[in-house]
Amino acid sequence: MTAIFTYPLLALGLVVMWLLLAGFTLGQFVVAIGVAILATEGLKALGETSPRIRRWLAIPELAGLVFRDVLWSNIAVTRITLSQKATKGHSGFLTIPVRLRNPSGLAVLAIVLTSTPGTAWLDYNSTQGAIIIHVLDLDDAETLLDLIANRYERLLMEIFE
Amino acid sequence: MTFDLADVPLWAAILGSIFMVIGALLTLVGAIGLVRLPTFYERIHAPTLGTSWGTGGMILGSMIIFTATTARPVLHEILIAIFVTLTTPVTLMMLGRSALYRDRSEGNPEVPPEPNIKDAVDVKSGD
Repeated sequence: MTAIFTYPLLALGLVVMWLLLAGFTLGQFVVAIGVAILATEGLKALGETSPRIRRWLAIPELAGLVFRDVLWSNIAVTRITLSQKATKGHSGFLTIPVRLRNPSGLAVLAIVLTSTPGTAWLDYNSTQGAIIIHVLDLDDAETLLDLIANRYERLLMEIFE
Repeated sequence: MTFDLADVPLWAAILGSIFMVIGALLTLVGAIGLVRLPTFYERIHAPTLGTSWGTGGMILGSMIIFTATTARPVLHEILIAIFVTLTTPVTLMMLGRSALYRDRSEGNPEVPPEPNIKDAVDVKSGD
């Protein structure tokens, strides 16, 4: 039982997932609790620490920002892919210094950058605190640097640090 | 669950179809990009079209049609979006990082070099 309180987010996520798949009934709710206890006990054996969320209010803000950016970059990448000149000479690597140190925060940043078309996470150097990403259209490099440093990174630091 | 296509309300059929066609087209563009783009690092950008709004469009279409037809919220498609979004970066990052590792090992001048860790090594083997 104590594992549920060690990983409250995982337990809650599993219960919601179970109910979405199996239907919202009392019987399924009991089964879902059982599944959540078993799974969190399993994770407890691995000894992972649960991320601590400092500011919940920043999560919808980050989600909204990512949703909008993914939509726009879908349009931009579609245009690049279908245009005649493709990307000739416009793509390249960017090394970006980040102040974010929290592993969960960095994991979320990696997921956001990789699932956004047009940017791909390649490397993180923890000694220098710098990430290397590959960008499909370097013409907007300034906008992108500003977006990562001042929006994503700021929000992730508010959430996790 | 029995399901008759004739039960789908017209507005839901139109709206759902629009989202599904958008999703399918974006996935197709992603596949075209995988063939057309010239370098490896550019090609890893293309499939994310299919895993972001490609999947998203089809999921939204499915949710609209089934919610309108069965008259109760059908939301479990969201789980597909969550798992696709969480797992795609794992594959793409593994591919990208191994390409970067190979290019650095081969001394390819076009990739950013390994960060300089020489100083740290010197301290250890100093005497």
